[in-house]
Amino acid sequence: MTAPTAAARPRVAGPIRLGRNARIAVASVVFLAFFFVFIGPQQFSNALTLGAIYALIALGYTMVYGIIELINFAHGDVFMTGSFVAMTLLTRIILPVTGLTAPIRDVVPLLLVLLLVFALTMPIMGLIGVTIERFAYRPLRNAPRVAPLITAIGVSFILQNIALIIFGPASVNSPQLIAPELNVSMAGATVPYINVFIVVLAVILMLALNQFVGRTRLGRAMRSTAQDREAAQLMGVDLNLTIAITFFIGSALAGAAGVVWGLYLGSVKWDLGFNGGLKAFTAAVLGGIGNTTGATLGGFVIGFIEVSAASKGFSRWSEAIVFAALIIVLVFRPAGILGQQLGERA
Amino acid sequence: MTASTRGRPANPLRQGWSRISELAAAHHSVAIIVGMAIVGALLPVLARVPPFNQFQPFNAWLDGYSNAGTFVLLAVGLNIVVGLAGLLDLGYAAFFAFGAYAYAYGASPFSGNDFPFLPMLIVGAVVAATFGVLLGAPTLRLRGDYLAIVTLGFGEIVPIVFLNAEPYTNGTNGIGGVYKPALPWSPPFDIVQFTLLNPWPFYVLVLLIVTFTLIFTYRLQDSRLGRAWMAIREDELAAAANGINTVTTKLLAFALGASTAGLAGVFNASKLTVVSPDQFYFQVSFTVLTMIVLGGQGNIWGVALGAFIISILQQTFLKQLNQFFQAINFPAINLGPVTIDLQHVNFTEYQFLLFGLALVLMMLLRPEGLFPSGRRRRELHTAEEGPEASPTGLDASGELV
Repeated sequence: MTAPTAAARPRVAGPIRLGRNARIAVASVVFLAFFFVFIGPQQFSNALTLGAIYALIALGYTMVYGIIELINFAHGDVFMTGSFVAMTLLTRIILPVTGLTAPIRDVVPLLLVLLLVFALTMPIMGLIGVTIERFAYRPLRNAPRVAPLITAIGVSFILQNIALIIFGPASVNSPQLIAPELNVSMAGATVPYINVFIVVLAVILMLALNQFVGRTRLGRAMRSTAQDREAAQLMGVDLNLTIAITFFIGSALAGAAGVVWGLYLGSVKWDLGFNGGLKAFTAAVLGGIGNTTGATLGGFVIGFIEVSAASKGFSRWSEAIVFAALIIVLVFRPAGILGQQLGERA
Repeated sequence: MTASTRGRPANPLRQGWSRISELAAAHHSVAIIVGMAIVGALLPVLARVPPFNQFQPFNAWLDGYSNAGTFVLLAVGLNIVVGLAGLLDLGYAAFFAFGAYAYAYGASPFSGNDFPFLPMLIVGAVVAATFGVLLGAPTLRLRGDYLAIVTLGFGEIVPIVFLNAEPYTNGTNGIGGVYKPALPWSPPFDIVQFTLLNPWPFYVLVLLIVTFTLIFTYRLQDSRLGRAWMAIREDELAAAANGINTVTTKLLAFALGASTAGLAGVFNASKLTVVSPDQFYFQVSFTVLTMIVLGGQGNIWGVALGAFIISILQQTFLKQLNQFFQAINFPAINLGPVTIDLQHVNFTEYQFLLFGLALVLMMLLRPEGLFPSGRRRRELHTAEEGPEASPTGLDASGELV
């Protein structure tokens, strides 16, 4: 056939034309500059950190939606489960075995422990995600669209209540490996190292994801499945494997977000997946669902909206503002900032 | 085969039953009134006989029935939106909240108004329906799952607004001292007086409201509008092509579903005498959703029964469950870092675990619910039956879409 037209371009981020990239970059710089002035450097660093966490979660929503058009309602709770898995690993296994205590001040052991936490939590969460897909979504792949959404809600309840039964209804302390009082002064703000760490880590993971989706064979399988499932199958793409890998990566990223949440805030709670998930979903929609670059941008936008609301004295309204943003975006631009305007969606 | 059936002496019981069901089909509203009257008479009797009278005192049962009635109303209303029109609404509790707050403004010391109950019932329904239209008008263009998320967001915003708009809603504490319904004449017996300790009037009141709502929704379902809803649910494009105004039709589903929630809100506010934001969080929406999925989306009796059973289970049996585990001395399970001790688990706190399992298992094994509507079942099973068996324009019974 002929070269893909603009309308048929893969919805999972693929190679994007330079002109478009440049436009996004300019818009991002303007956006960041505005918020830097609007909320000040200190809040700016907080917003960036929160945005990075939302972006990590949003990537999972957007990848799953891109490939099987399912709003994976349980994804927020996968994030929550990841935070508990990391907390349990740290407090029960890693710290007791190594004999270290929570803020680790030596650089080498700190990096090793961090590496270990991520290296364990991310695959565990990936496997949980694959399991959920296998048992709750795969049997319903050809059912009416609402059916897997309802099982997703069910899975979300199950994950929440497992956490509730095991860890109880109160917040649970999670070790803050990087001492929160350690900070670096930059651009007029004192930025804790943990904030720097989270943003850098998120950027690394997102770049890695972009390379994976754009450059590898499996990534190409994912993009082709997103574009046309049947045609991809005819070309020899293993559908179940591709979808499972999508869930694995998405859930592993949510797991990474869970780890950094515990490190950042020092406590985890059974219900943080609901709001966190809803905000991350908002981010994915904001950026254009199915589009990984969009999800990243959307995550940062949500982070900035939330921190702006909080820093201007509307902290009690911040959730309402985020959800209102979701409704407004869906009503006026359902394909999001970067998404293509697709006929059926509007 | 036929000869033997024909040769069997006519069973008078069976004949009587078929005559009754014929009559019921011809006079739907009368059948509902009679049915609800029988149910209404049987339930108090049931609370008096073992084993049910062992669980809790009679008045608690009656009170539980009234609370279950609220959920039956909610389920029947959500069934219009989800079951009939096929629009997944995850923020249904918002409309419940509008009904409740409408009544709290109409009849409480907080606002200083004291309007009578029955007009407020209508006002509550109208207020909720108005917000249903306000939410629906801009969002109903969205495709199914997007609509679900928008309604979820809306359902989250509404309690936050009621929580934070403190001068108007009294914030977290909510509006207390909401007036109970008052009878227009002074009653000759105490038993018909609306008081905190007397469950009878609320029981009868909710029976009446549920009966009215059931008649209303049954008539709607069989109307041109009801058929239009089902057509949209099954194939929106085809429905539009056949001249159905999908926007108006969907808006009406939203508005009518919301108005039922408004009725439930008014009733619940007058019963609890307090309205606070924490009564309307997403848990309520999801509970009602579980009820209709379990009961059988699209089947009015099914969802009503599902709602009734779940809310009775929720209110009575879950409370007894750890006593049960204590009675059989269920051992604590030690899983290394964590211990699961069912004897000391408060099951009412984990009811959502059961709801979650129920939702997943139902969708996987029996997506049409426990008491399905035949039409919905065929729709949900088309995928596995293959394209040849997919429903045509005509029903098995010859009913035209």
